[in-house]
Amino acid sequence: MWDYLKLIVLGLITVLAAIAANYARDLAYQLHAILVMLVAGGVFLWTLRNTHETKPAPETGYMDDVVRAGAIATTFWGVVGFLAGTFIAFQLAFPVLNFDWAEGFTNFGRLRPLHTSAVIFAFGGNALICTSFYVVQRTSAARLWGGNLAWFVFWGYQLFIVLAATGYLLGSTQSKEYAEPEWYVDIWLTVVWLAYLAVFMGTIIKRKEPHIYVANWFYLSFIITVAMLHVVNNISIPVSIFGSKSVQIFAGVQDAMTQWWYGHNAVGFFLTAGFLGMMYYFVPKQAERPVFSYKLSIIHFWALIFLYIWAGPHHLHYTALPDWAGTLGMVFSIILWMPSWGGMINGLMTLSGAWDKLRTDPIIRMMVISIGFYGMSTFEGPMMSIRAVNSLSHYTDWTIGHVHSGALGWNGMITFGALYYLFPKLWNKTGLYSLKLVNWHFWLATIGIVLYAASMWVSGIMEGLMWREVDANGFLVNAFVDSVAAKFPMNVVRGLGGVMYLGGALIMAYNLWMTVAKGEAKAPAAAAAPAE
Amino acid sequence: MDTYSFMREFADSWGLLFLFCFFLGVIVWAFRPGSTKTYTDTADIPFRHENEPASDAEAQAMEARQ
Repeated sequence: MWDYLKLIVLGLITVLAAIAANYARDLAYQLHAILVMLVAGGVFLWTLRNTHETKPAPETGYMDDVVRAGAIATTFWGVVGFLAGTFIAFQLAFPVLNFDWAEGFTNFGRLRPLHTSAVIFAFGGNALICTSFYVVQRTSAARLWGGNLAWFVFWGYQLFIVLAATGYLLGSTQSKEYAEPEWYVDIWLTVVWLAYLAVFMGTIIKRKEPHIYVANWFYLSFIITVAMLHVVNNISIPVSIFGSKSVQIFAGVQDAMTQWWYGHNAVGFFLTAGFLGMMYYFVPKQAERPVFSYKLSIIHFWALIFLYIWAGPHHLHYTALPDWAGTLGMVFSIILWMPSWGGMINGLMTLSGAWDKLRTDPIIRMMVISIGFYGMSTFEGPMMSIRAVNSLSHYTDWTIGHVHSGALGWNGMITFGALYYLFPKLWNKTGLYSLKLVNWHFWLATIGIVLYAASMWVSGIMEGLMWREVDANGFLVNAFVDSVAAKFPMNVVRGLGGVMYLGGALIMAYNLWMTVAKGEAKAPAAAAAPAE
Repeated sequence: MDTYSFMREFADSWGLLFLFCFFLGVIVWAFRPGSTKTYTDTADIPFRHENEPASDAEAQAMEARQ
């Protein structure tokens, strides 16, 4: 019965997508309609061939195949995203890399959202989905709820990534930072995200452990808040049902405020709360001791979610936004320093009594440096949100440096740590292929981040000072292009930092590949349960 | 009073008070008597059920431990 319903729905989608491709008003929409038609048609055929086949008995263990797929996707999209970032970094240093023959497709303006979405949503998003599926099962002592719904979430999310990325290259964008995809891609992501919420909530509801472990609180707040942010920030009316262009219903400063309420909470709940969920599971596991203070983790959670949601207006200092709103955002950003550092202390102190592991275990070293970068960028952020500091830092490379110390340092490193932890577990190996290569990855990535952040500090403060420099008569001393020319050496150093970070990620991909292909299989555990 | 002014005044009076008291309540709750024992057990969750879900008998034992 269920199969027939699926066949009807898939058949309808295939036909409607074919019609949409025919009437398409722009290239991006046409390509997407064809993609949707092929995917829906393919799934239709696959379902058709499996209808009336005898179904295997439902499995009872943990559902780890979808986590395995997620771990592979995380590694793949990470390399793609870092590659795109490194390339556009060199485009800024050497504009000739905006090739004439590919103008309108691979110039900086088109590739930049491709890079940000690839690293945040493809790499970070897959990392969050796959680790949350892994963690929620272990800490609930229950199999994922919803059967194949988890697979729908995984493949649906990959389809979202492909639609978003191809759309950017063809110019389909609603020009909202980190929310660039157009209306039909937004609707698709909403469907996938609600399925994700259902799987996660369903697993928590049927948990066998009486308590909900703190990592799940963080993951759940991430899923719910991102759903809310995504829906509100993407309320728009399509110009035509057969075209990708849409118009936002908010206008002017309301639109700007909604965008940065979304944008900053994407940082707060996607890149912080979700990854803190990772920290609260993988750091205790790798250190082999429970979290430093569970009470502190509860206060950390509530303080973080109560404060972050107000911090958005600090992106709009010196704009049409009323001063009181800017001040509110600034004050909450500064108060946020406390829960951020509380969480950092909780993560770091989990190692108390096991600090010797830093010498022998490069994976725990990766996790510790990621928490260190978390502390550093959560100190830098509140400082930059102060109106007077912001007047110097805003619109300069300092902001980009800040974002990357958080993204490469905190999000990247904790994900690498989690991947190194997960791969041997998921493929049942005794350990990683090579710890020496993890060491190489660690140092390449760390030095790459230092080059990146340091060059952007120098470049950003220089830009800020050059733009505000006036002569004795009150005239501006520098033209904008003077500051662009002066940035050249820093742009090259930033690109080199990116090369090192990308090199580290490639080493990781090789190491993980070899772990799966050549790693020594773990001997089956001595039977603790009686034979059936 | 128009909607904006009403929401604005509610947000920085009763809304603020409610959220602030809720937050203080969370802190008091975390430090309630007997919480240390519960949280020691909760913090150990990642070190149980690494390889397979809990059976029903195990789940009942966990419930009884509370």
